[in-house]
Amino acid sequence: MSLSAIIFILCLLAAFNFFIKKQKIYALQLSQGTNNKVKQTLPKYFGYVAALWSLIPALLVLLVIEIIDEPLIKNNLTQYMQAENIATADNYDLYLNEIKNIDINQINSIDETKKKIHTHYYNLQSIARNAKAVTVLALAVLMALFGLKKVKSQTPARIYFEKFIEIILLIAASIAILTTVGIVLSVLFESIRFFGEIPIVDFMFGLDWSPQTAIRSDQVGSSAAFGAVPLFIGTMLISTVALFIAVPLGLMSAIFLSEYASSKFRSIAKPVLEILAGIPTVVYGFFAALTVAPFIRSFGESLGLSVASESALAAGLVMGIMIIPFVSSLADDVISAVPNAMREGSLGLGATKSETIVKVLIPAALPGIVGGVLLAASRAIGETMIVVMAAGLAANLTVNPLNAVTTVTVQIVTLLTGDQEFNSAKTLAAFALGLMLFITTLVLNVIALHVVRKYREQYE
Amino acid sequence: MSKNNNTSKIEKSLKRRYLKENIFKASGYASIGIAFMFLVVLLADIGIKAMPAFIQTQIELKLDLSYESLQLNPESSVAEIKKVDFRQVIRKALRKQFPDVKKRKEKKQLYSLISSGAEYQLRDMVLENKELIGNEHSFNLYADDDVDALIKGTINRKLAQSERRVKDFKISLIEVLEKNNQVSKKFNWTFFSSGDSREPELAGIKGAIMGSIYTILVTLMLSFPVAVAAAIYLEEFAPKNRMIDFIEININNLAAVPSIVFGLLGLAVFINFFSLPRSAPIVGGIVLSLMTLPTIIIASRSAIKAVPPSLREAALGLGASKMQTVFHHVFPAALPGILTGTIIGMAQALGETAPLLMIGMVAFIVDIPQTIVDPATVLPIQVFLWADSPERGFLEKTSAAILVLIGFLIIMNALAIYLRKKFEKKW
Repeated sequence: MSLSAIIFILCLLAAFNFFIKKQKIYALQLSQGTNNKVKQTLPKYFGYVAALWSLIPALLVLLVIEIIDEPLIKNNLTQYMQAENIATADNYDLYLNEIKNIDINQINSIDETKKKIHTHYYNLQSIARNAKAVTVLALAVLMALFGLKKVKSQTPARIYFEKFIEIILLIAASIAILTTVGIVLSVLFESIRFFGEIPIVDFMFGLDWSPQTAIRSDQVGSSAAFGAVPLFIGTMLISTVALFIAVPLGLMSAIFLSEYASSKFRSIAKPVLEILAGIPTVVYGFFAALTVAPFIRSFGESLGLSVASESALAAGLVMGIMIIPFVSSLADDVISAVPNAMREGSLGLGATKSETIVKVLIPAALPGIVGGVLLAASRAIGETMIVVMAAGLAANLTVNPLNAVTTVTVQIVTLLTGDQEFNSAKTLAAFALGLMLFITTLVLNVIALHVVRKYREQYE
Repeated sequence: MSKNNNTSKIEKSLKRRYLKENIFKASGYASIGIAFMFLVVLLADIGIKAMPAFIQTQIELKLDLSYESLQLNPESSVAEIKKVDFRQVIRKALRKQFPDVKKRKEKKQLYSLISSGAEYQLRDMVLENKELIGNEHSFNLYADDDVDALIKGTINRKLAQSERRVKDFKISLIEVLEKNNQVSKKFNWTFFSSGDSREPELAGIKGAIMGSIYTILVTLMLSFPVAVAAAIYLEEFAPKNRMIDFIEININNLAAVPSIVFGLLGLAVFINFFSLPRSAPIVGGIVLSLMTLPTIIIASRSAIKAVPPSLREAALGLGASKMQTVFHHVFPAALPGILTGTIIGMAQALGETAPLLMIGMVAFIVDIPQTIVDPATVLPIQVFLWADSPERGFLEKTSAAILVLIGFLIIMNALAIYLRKKFEKKW
């Protein structure tokens, strides 16, 4: 019996329980008369509780079985193969997969050993399926009867049911924690395995990055090097270019919109600026690679400079434009949080608007602005598609924005796309880079959020 | 006396100060102007590049579909028709039209006028209407992408032969066809009705659109209920304690984690640990829902917060339980705001590329996905794949795919704005 059929039957059972209990309690309450003073719970709540009794334990058991049945089958299959003295191929997992994927219609064209294992596997699978269905359905029926018996007219059914809903809501809220834990564990485990092969010092301070491991040992450049410094420098270079574009433009736009523009202009300009934030990054990447980079290259050549066709300048420029709305909306928030009294005080003393802004508003809003810039920096460091499409792949150690550099995110993408075995140092390196990226952005975010919050409290 | 001195000092400096003021104001104007200009240039550039993709060049050829040439008889079954070598039929027609072309190299040039997919196009037309068999008919067949580019003018005919992809001989052939009015330009329906292909003239975005739809549906089904439940809990039920503070910090941080890190999570947890299928919309949907969860939670919380306390107090005062108050009164009142936040989250998920690269949705997939576990790709990744292709024809396809993607985003955002305007209540 398939999974969806089991779930469907469980739901039917729960619905059945619900209606039985609801009708029973309804009849009971009716027979007691409506004019008694006893506080009565609506009959549907008794129905809900009865339905939950039949549904929840069975679903939990089903979940547990779903998780453990695959390893159990695999374990049994291994024992079977050992008992039958079947020599497995080098790659055990691959061999198992091959057996699992045997098409039942073409069974005759396959050699005897594999056929034997496949039959065994097939039997195991059908036993597991039937056992699952029987266990879960039997439990559900049992618990349904128990629930019908247990829920009486004196049971505080509504309170039970609402407690249950509250627990569901709490679980939903906790998924954020689970996600964080999942991210940390998944990058941390693979990183630890990576640092088992490559010393952490070599990774953090090595100046040479060439993750290609050669197939033959006598090949040129066969030794893979995992020194991530060129990647860190490249990431910082592109992010710096981006911030040099985004911070002045974003800040000035925010100041202009909040202090100078008429409300009509603002109501048009703000949404248009938001469009920049809504354009997918892959579009920016395409634009950077095919329009901006050639333009900068030919412009640089006309000035007599040699510009790489995948220059850091092009990627950084486009990335800067992308985070303008991000900076401007954050700056807008903090500038409008500055109390009006300060603004009016300065204007009343005869300062011009620009003097008020430069000498009063910006110093007062500075912590908030710094927080916003930090958030923008973390956004720039983690940005992927623009650099994947417009920055280079070769790890050059340079701070000249006219050269091609590569970044952490670019390397994660190139290391993990395409077919490769999962356990090589090359793929594990991507997780180590991911860990660095996660830690850096986390630290930046925590500092930024802390600064912004402190700043807000100051004026509240 | 000193007062007068100061006044005159201030008066003297006024001119300079006003100038500064004007410069400051102008630089504000300029920065907004630069941002707008960039937006206009971006959209115009992509729009102009995309235009040729919506038109396709077709070449009209008279094809001999007699029974002898197809080696069929009137009772032939579908399977037999499928086996017919339609490529030879097309080549024969080309040779018939250009009897002078004899050299091997020249013949190769001649055959490459027509797309390599034209034989399947022809086969499908014949299968659809079997009455075509037995006679001579004129067909409009797809032109090869180089011919297409030449007709549209993206390849300049006046350049020296060494500087363009199409050789003089081929151009002479095309000119003969043009003179006979055999070349026509049609609206490119293929672009919207077929999957990916190695040949630019046959490539379409239907597969990517279906993949995107499945992925977004999975994302919506997972993230909407969870996010709403989390927001309701945090706003209405959560006690003030360490645990809840920790949850809130987590949500705020997750909102700022780079999207590619979610891709690493998906790869390590869902593909390697739970062994879900690679490249499938279901995994993409799960990863994107984890990514959009904070966005929707934050928007939903502020929508719930905006519901006035009087509503809650009235419901509680009439004897509703806390749960009834929330689900019967607060939640419906906050729903428009929650939906707006959800749509914005979905728009973000629709444009997201990086995490999906990590879980293998970057594969070359020709078939149009039918379920959420089939290998699929999504629109932004299709853009990424095509942008990497060396063939010239893919440049315009990429831009056109971007236009379609932006079109979807505009529709979603317009819907969000409409919802906000329509249901916005001032309490």
